[in-house]
Amino acid sequence: MRLSYPPEIKVIQVPCTGRVDIIHLLNALENGADGVYVAGCLEGECHYRTGNLKARKRVAYVQKVLAEIGMEPDRVAMFNLSSAQGKRFAEIADEITARIVALGPSPVNKRSKTHATV
Amino acid sequence: MIVADRKSLEEILAMVQEKHKILIVGCRGCVTVCNVGGEKEVEILEASINLARKTSDQPIEIETVTIERQCDNEYVAQLKEGINTYDAVVSLACGVGPQFLSEAYPDQLFFPGVNTTFFGGAVSHGVWEERCQGCGTCIIHHFDGLCPVARCAKSLLHGPCGGSSDGLCEVSKETLCIWDMIVKKKMEQGRLNDLLTVMEAKDWRSARDGGPRRSIREELIP
Amino acid sequence: MDEYKSGSNLEKILRAGHFAFTGECGPPKGANVDHLKKKFAHLKGMVDAVNITDNQTAVVRMSSLAASHLLVHEGMEPNFQMVCRDRNRLAITSDILGAHALGIRNMLCLSGDHQSFGNHTQAKNVHDIDSMQLIRLVTNMRDKGRFMNDEEIDVPPRLFVGAACNPFADPFEYRVYRLANKITAGADFIQTQCIFNMEKFRTFMHQAVDMGLTEKCFILAGVTPMKNLGMANFMAKFVPGMDIPDALKKRLKGVEKAKQAEEGICFALEQIEEFKQMEGVAGVHLMAIEWEHKVPEIAERAGVLPRPKV
Ligand code: SF4
Ligand code: SF4
Repeated sequence: MRLSYPPEIKVIQVPCTGRVDIIHLLNALENGADGVYVAGCLEGECHYRTGNLKARKRVAYVQKVLAEIGMEPDRVAMFNLSSAQGKRFAEIADEITARIVALGPSPVNKRSKTHATV
Repeated sequence: MIVADRKSLEEILAMVQEKHKILIVGCRGCVTVCNVGGEKEVEILEASINLARKTSDQPIEIETVTIERQCDNEYVAQLKEGINTYDAVVSLACGVGPQFLSEAYPDQLFFPGVNTTFFGGAVSHGVWEERCQGCGTCIIHHFDGLCPVARCAKSLLHGPCGGSSDGLCEVSKETLCIWDMIVKKKMEQGRLNDLLTVMEAKDWRSARDGGPRRSIREELIP
Repeated sequence: MDEYKSGSNLEKILRAGHFAFTGECGPPKGANVDHLKKKFAHLKGMVDAVNITDNQTAVVRMSSLAASHLLVHEGMEPNFQMVCRDRNRLAITSDILGAHALGIRNMLCLSGDHQSFGNHTQAKNVHDIDSMQLIRLVTNMRDKGRFMNDEEIDVPPRLFVGAACNPFADPFEYRVYRLANKITAGADFIQTQCIFNMEKFRTFMHQAVDMGLTEKCFILAGVTPMKNLGMANFMAKFVPGMDIPDALKKRLKGVEKAKQAEEGICFALEQIEEFKQMEGVAGVHLMAIEWEHKVPEIAERAGVLPRPKV
């Protein structure tokens, strides 16, 4: 089964969302990403026990930073889904792309066209 | 260790508002341990300021460095090169850091990036608590190793006050009443008599009240 | 009888073995002397001494020293309250001297509620010494004629020294020991926190009597008449160290709103009746909070009038 998701999305794979740090999310935004989404395993199903929970807190931290500097906190978010849910991934990808498009291009890079990173 | 909290981004952004090129200096001492001013936090602050300035179309040039200890002139000296090429320097060390830096480099402007809060430690992951106030004359041997000076909201030497309830301090439901702990420990260990005296009033000269303090160790002076 | 410590009316009443009856009055949140005098008038002749509170619950008010002095002017007797929150030992000492100079003869030593309860929450608190050490400080000034630094005082102040005691704070088993310590420090009399939980207070008084504390010190039981159920709920929630049993709340709830005040007064009167009989209780301290005008009625119905002259 091949599912397609919007071409604007750039996927960066990590072994566990616990590897995703605040600085990675910030750097992506700094470099002009219009949004950053973290897709982790279902809560309670982390192979490393709490990686996805940590990621959620880091996402929340970055949302706070965005709010403080007047950027839409919705440009970052966390999703949980299991690796068997390929279809769900595609759905989420569509959904978030729509959300980010609605927010418009990042104020960091107003001229560039919308693109998101997951 | 000395515990601190990062200042709000808003406050830091206001400090560096007119600046075009800044340096952020971290410290590998206490503030690294309490996750507020080490290498990692320096990077986060850098990215946050960058992002904020980019979004408001006022880009800023930021450099970063983290030194061993900002409260030690030997390490502070490492910053000498180029320190005056920045419009300002933000220090993520405790309040001691930016002062040592200011004294070493009088021509540069140093801003505090953290609010220095207390002497304490982590009681659980991500939670730090105050334990000492540096009063200069430690008396916790009278209280089974628990400090009422720093940990009682009224620094009572004869507690608990009338507001102590269910082991909690009257100031908030999140604050333990240290006097409740002291009394219970004394009772459990059969040393209640220790508390049944009127202690001399504390001599605050050794605390901040005596003026800024200084510690001299003759044997170490060359 | 040996010489009086201060010769205050309260001291004389207690030493003569009468059942004391003291009142309380909070100075105004402003310089409204007329209003204060009106409140005083309700208490005149009804009580042996009037506690003048010191920035109670850390809400700023006219100074307790000045208001105490105004009370002296009205021919009444103040019990000047002093908290350690707002003054260091210099200010404490000079206020004590000033109090004596202004004709004040009773003083109550307190730590003070934390400033976070009040209306100047950003304030720095002092707590140079605590209430225990304040008792020691003022009784040493009086009895030894010496300041805290051991210097001699030219005309020592003479004050009858009281302390507070909250039998309902925790840990309960320790409260009687803390009371004992206040007596060791030099307290002549004790006024307790408002009592609502009679069961607990009886236990507490048993302990105090057993330890011989009531031989060394006069204990006045604190009584506050509830104006209504709302007040009971408010106190339970916001006043530190209050123990308001559900039974009392139920009792207030049991009558219609307009009659709750009367129910509250009835409960207070029953308490006073019991305290008159209770071993070790030397009097009642009536804290009719912002209800001074009710004091004459309560005193009358409690059968404590006329107040004895000693
Ligand atoms: S008594 Fe003084 S030195 Fe000792 S722990 Fe307390 S504040 Fe620190
Ligand atoms: S409740 Fe306990 S810790 Fe809080 S001020 Fe009173 S004695 Fe101190």
